[in-house]
Amino acid sequence: MMGPLLVGIYVFVLSIFVGVEIITKIPPTLHTPLMSGANAISGITLVGSLAAASSGALVMSSFFAFVAIIFATINVVGGFLVTDRMLGMFSKKKKKKATS
Amino acid sequence: MNDALNNIIVPVLYLLSAVLFVFGLKGLTRVRSARRGNALAALAMLIAIVTTLLDLGRVDYQWIIAGLIVGGLVGAIAAIKVEMTAMPEMVALFNGFGGGASALVALSIVWKVLVEPAYPGSAAAALGGASAITAFLSILIGSITLSGSFVAFLKLSGKIGGQPTLIPARHVINSVLFLGCVTAGIYIGFFSHEPSSMMMGALVATIISLILGVLMVIPIGGADMPVIISLLNSLSGLAAAMTGFVLSNNVLIISGALVGASGLILTQIMCVAMNRTLGNVLFSGFGQEGGSADAGEYGNVRSYSPEEAAMVLETVESLVIVPGYGLAVAQAQHTVKELADLLQKRGVKVSYAIHPVAGRMPGHMNVLLAEADVPYEQLIEMDKITPEFKQTDAVLVVGANDVVNPAAEKDPKSPIAGMPVLQVWEAQTVMMIKRSLSPGFAGIKNELFEYDNNMMVFGDAKKVLQEIVSEVKSLTAAA
Repeated sequence: MMGPLLVGIYVFVLSIFVGVEIITKIPPTLHTPLMSGANAISGITLVGSLAAASSGALVMSSFFAFVAIIFATINVVGGFLVTDRMLGMFSKKKKKKATS
Repeated sequence: MNDALNNIIVPVLYLLSAVLFVFGLKGLTRVRSARRGNALAALAMLIAIVTTLLDLGRVDYQWIIAGLIVGGLVGAIAAIKVEMTAMPEMVALFNGFGGGASALVALSIVWKVLVEPAYPGSAAAALGGASAITAFLSILIGSITLSGSFVAFLKLSGKIGGQPTLIPARHVINSVLFLGCVTAGIYIGFFSHEPSSMMMGALVATIISLILGVLMVIPIGGADMPVIISLLNSLSGLAAAMTGFVLSNNVLIISGALVGASGLILTQIMCVAMNRTLGNVLFSGFGQEGGSADAGEYGNVRSYSPEEAAMVLETVESLVIVPGYGLAVAQAQHTVKELADLLQKRGVKVSYAIHPVAGRMPGHMNVLLAEADVPYEQLIEMDKITPEFKQTDAVLVVGANDVVNPAAEKDPKSPIAGMPVLQVWEAQTVMMIKRSLSPGFAGIKNELFEYDNNMMVFGDAKKVLQEIVSEVKSLTAAA
């Protein structure tokens, strides 16, 4: 059987292909929202920082993990909100047109 | 029960989260589904976080809760308050935080497993060789993303100059630093046997990586910013994927890889739009070679007042507006829309020509004009608008420069030779609203200023447009 590293490499390589396949043709209008949304997704590292911060001890590793949680949460919350705000401006017009 | 939770429910929820990330990202590539895609990705993130907390079980939550609250508040406030014009620097800053978090997770693991218990062996002995390497990579890539994004943020927000800063022999310096960093990585990974040297090695690797990030972005000129922002976006994903390898967590690997891929695709699109390779952007220090020398002298430049511009606009039947970074700086997107509305009421056909690298991040102009309620059907991509310039009565260039420079097509020796540009000079009349004759970020002369069919209207984009608007209004009233 494959070790966890090999499985990880399989998953990594296949995910890159999935990413390339689903993002081939992006209309320029969506360049910024796509980047900003993808950026928020990269805050997934929050999952790692949660595990790292699970000991309550007052040591350096907890401090690193604590700062990591703050950074990653800023990235996640800020990223998704800002993307939604941008996309809201696009759809605002669609609605207007539908009513007019 | 606990076994069932850990062995079945947690992996299934992680898989669900990964699938939703894929759907979310796919949704983000179509206008119709973009908002739902973003919401799906946010839901995927929430599932991943809750699953992780479930998996952790009963642990000490003080750091976790405090961190989530602080980060959530800062992120939410920043996201709600930011002006649309400040979007590029905001995205850069968020991106840096993501990369920084990945590096910090790796550091935290190194401290927890090796430094604090005074583990008597190398990182490879404690974590396994692969995790030792990926932990180092996540420190390296994460730190580069953090400091690089921060420099990009400073450049984009104008806190430091946008011009490329070229350090002598920087390729040598970068290579030496990179080798030093890798050496430190190999040392903590395979040779260090006691906590103090482990700690030193990890800190040295982190600091060198941070410096590398600064040195990578400092030489990048403003016009290349869309490329470097996309690249940093990709790197933040790769850093998260590396952290995923250290933790053997597939959700991190999958979503990190997805972000890495999407960033790379955007980087590629931006490079193609400038007819340059990524290596050329990163290593050439664009706009320096001979650029400033021939940037200066202009002969036959004709300057016009906003009133005269308004009188020309009175007579046209079709108008193409070319927005650029100057539009964002002057916050003139609403005034442009006002003018367009006025002219449209008079029966003028108005459209906007969007160059892929106009502005400071991919799609910057689209976001700005969307904020001003410009229907996106009026925003025309470069390839589609190019054949139409010949039949266009007037082109209004607002705060753009390099993307309308004829030298890209006519002067093979120009630094921007071969870059696709908007051929605005084919139109009957070109009006350029610009603050001065100073060169754009490429730092080169724009011969268009001297063309016979070009009118220069000097001044702040917003003020000039306001004057044109009120002039058009009074002309309309008089008629």
